[in-house]
This record gives sequence, structure tokens and C-alpha cells, in this order.
Amino acid sequence: MIETHFQKELEELKENLLKMAALVEEAIRGAVQSLVKRDSQLAKKTFKREVRINAMEIGIEDTCLKLLALRQPMAADLRFITSAMKIITDLERMGDQAVNIAERAISLNQEPQLKPYIDIPRMAEVTQSMVKDVLHAFVNHDSKLARSVCERDDLVDGLNDQIFRELLTYMMSDPKTIAREVHLMIVSRCLERIADHATNIAEDVIFMIDALVIKHHADEKKTDR
Amino acid sequence: MESTVLRIENFSAVFGQNQVLKGINLSIPRNKITAIMGPSGCGKTTLIRCINRMHELIPDAKVSGKIFLDDEDIYATDPIIVRRQVGMVFQKPNPFPMMSIYNNVIAGYNLNGISLAQNEKDRVVEESLRKAALWDEVKGALHRRGTFLSGGQQQRLCIARALAMQPDVLLLDEPTSALDPKSSSRIEELIVELKDAVTIVLVTHNTGQAARVSDYTTFLYLGELIEFGLSGNMFTAPKEKMTEEYLTGKFG
Repeated sequence: MIETHFQKELEELKENLLKMAALVEEAIRGAVQSLVKRDSQLAKKTFKREVRINAMEIGIEDTCLKLLALRQPMAADLRFITSAMKIITDLERMGDQAVNIAERAISLNQEPQLKPYIDIPRMAEVTQSMVKDVLHAFVNHDSKLARSVCERDDLVDGLNDQIFRELLTYMMSDPKTIAREVHLMIVSRCLERIADHATNIAEDVIFMIDALVIKHHADEKKTDR
Repeated sequence: MESTVLRIENFSAVFGQNQVLKGINLSIPRNKITAIMGPSGCGKTTLIRCINRMHELIPDAKVSGKIFLDDEDIYATDPIIVRRQVGMVFQKPNPFPMMSIYNNVIAGYNLNGISLAQNEKDRVVEESLRKAALWDEVKGALHRRGTFLSGGQQQRLCIARALAMQPDVLLLDEPTSALDPKSSSRIEELIVELKDAVTIVLVTHNTGQAARVSDYTTFLYLGELIEFGLSGNMFTAPKEKMTEEYLTGKFG
């Protein structure tokens, strides 16, 4: 089969999305590492990555609008492009969350470490696996993998609750440490938000592949298709 | 619940050895626009020609299966009556070249030997031209020849001629493929306005046009009906893989 110009443009769009996603992954990893390794220089790199992520979002959005206007895509191509537009919004917000984590890391690194970080790195690990897998699912049209990403969101929510409770007990036992605990709670919350964005992307990927709406339990409510 | 105006049951058509339609089952909803799309040679034109019994005018052509118009078997009805109830407009505008605009619109009555009083004729002509969104442009030139009009106007004249007989169903066979973009969008607007008055079956290989104007879409491929459904679903998330491939330009 001959590859059309349009197919080449779609391929380019896909590659750019992957580049943006790789940048987001790096930003999250760097931000979490800067906290765990107490390395504020590493934290500052996250800010530069975020600028690039934002620029990519604008560039990809522009490409999508042009493709919609000029190619009038239908069916799978239409779902791919509209999904791409939603995916970049979630990716960009993940970048913002990585910056939030890096900012908290810089503040925390100026004070003695409150406790060894155990659950936050674990949470970061699950969250990063979600980000990585959801893009893998997107590229390889793997809706099963996308569904597994949605399932992992519960694990991250559970860890977030656990971290919250643990930090609360620390606060009560020693109010002088409250500022540090609040920073850590925010880091935990940022990771939880990143996992939510990954779940949003997973839902878009499932729609793109199977033309099935699973978010907000739409499949249980709506049956008129 | 939508009512069905045309019911096509296990319908096949052949030209000599060549089977053009293979066991089509399709119900066309009343006062809706149903688009029939598919690559060249898929049988879409043959299907609508069968609906007003034009297909059998070709030597060697045979059909099997049934088509019901409001529960009347059209193959058990006089074809002249069928064609009165099911109007057709073709790809290329074909007003009768020697006739005035007025006589073109009223031609169906004259050819069928139905005589109308002059004021009745005037009313039919005005009403039909208004429905076809042509009245304002031609009301001062009703006795000029139809062929003086632009291509888009000629096509609207043909639509007016078909509407004059007050058909239940209007078949449009790629009605805009010979027209410029502006005239095409005029006709598309008209098609949407007409559906309150008449059920429309639109053959098009312009998928964009099918998406813009139709309520339902049928996808035919090599004489088989692959998918029928609401256009809103068909063009975003078709059920059949083949429809998906056709719409994304993988074949056809």
C-alpha cells in the first residue's frame, strides 16, 4: 500500500507526541530524584524541561488543528487526532505537576530530612510506570495495557491516603515539622494528580482504539449505540 | 419510533453474469436523509435505480428479492406509478433542452397525461420552484429555456421537476458531482431543508457530503451492505473494520 501524505503527517504527529511524553517522563523522574537524592540542581532542570513541554504542546495543537481543517479526517483518523489534542493537555499538566514537585524538593532540601522517603518513591514508581505504559499503549494500539493503567490509579490513590495519614501523625507529634510535612503532602498530591492524568490518557487511548467511552462509567449508563 | 418508508429485503441485481447487488437488506426511515456511499462499482447507483425500477430498462438486467414502498411491493406495481412516487435526480443536470423552465417543472404531469387547470399548473410550478430554492432567481424568466440557467440552477430545476409530482421518496444520484463548490453547498442546504417534505436517498462518493447532510449512512462494498447506521456514529466510530478502512482512505 502506498503511504499517503496524510499518513506521513499522522506518523509525524505520533512521533511528536512521543517526544513530548518522553520529556514529561524525564521531568517527573528528575523532580522525584531531586527530592530523594536531595539534589536541588537536578530540581532546577525540571523547570527548563517544562518550558520545552509547553512549547511542544502549542506546536502539536497547531498541527492537529491544521490536520482537522485541511484533511477532514474521519473514523479512526479523526479519533486519533482528537485524542492527541486531549493527550497533550494531560501531558502538559503532568509537566506542571513535575515543576510543583521540584519546587517542593528545593524547599525541603534546605532543611534536614524529616524521615527516610519510602512511600513517596514507591508512589512515584507506580505513577511513572503508568505514564510510560499509557504511551506504550497509545503507540502500539494496546487497549488492554491502557486498561491496566486505569486499574493502577487505585493503587496510587491508596498510597496517597496512606502518606497523608502518616504525615498527619508526624504533625501531631511535633508541630515544628509541620512545614516540611505539608511540602511532602503536596508532593504526594502532585503524584496522585499525575496518575489521574495518565488515567485520562488511558481512557482516550481506549476510545481511540476501540471507539468505546469508558470514562465516568459511560459504558454502564449509555447504551444507545 | 421512526417509521420506515422503503423496505429492501434480500435484494439482488445482476447484469448478465455480473452480480452487482448481493442480498441487500435495508430499511429507509421516513423523512430522513439516507446516504449511500462506497467506492466506484460498489452498486450504489444500481441500488437506487432499482428503487424506481430504472434498472430493468437495461437489457440483461435481472433482480430478485423485494422492495416495499409503504408496504406496496414496487415490483408488483406499474413502474410508471412507482416512478411517480419515487423521483430521481441525476449526476448531470438534465433539464429538457427544448422546454421552458415552466414546462420543465410541469413536465411530469404532461408526460403522464395528467391535465391540470392553468391556475393549478401555476401553483405547482411556483410551489415546486420555491421548494427547490429556485423561485426567486427565475420567477421573471419562467418562459425562458431551462438550459440558459447555470449548472447549479439547472440541478435545482431538476429537483423542482421531481418535487412537482409530490413523490414520497427522492433519489439523488451524486447530485453535486458536476457542480462547483458554491452550487454544491447550495444543493446540500436544499437537501437538508427538503427532508420535512420528502424522504431522501442520496448516493455520493463524497464522504464529506454524506457526513454533512445525512441522518443515516449506508456503506456498500462490492455489492454487499457492510454497515448501516446513524451518520454521527458512522463517521466517528464505525462498527465495521471495513467502513473504518474506507473512511480513512485505506481503500476505495
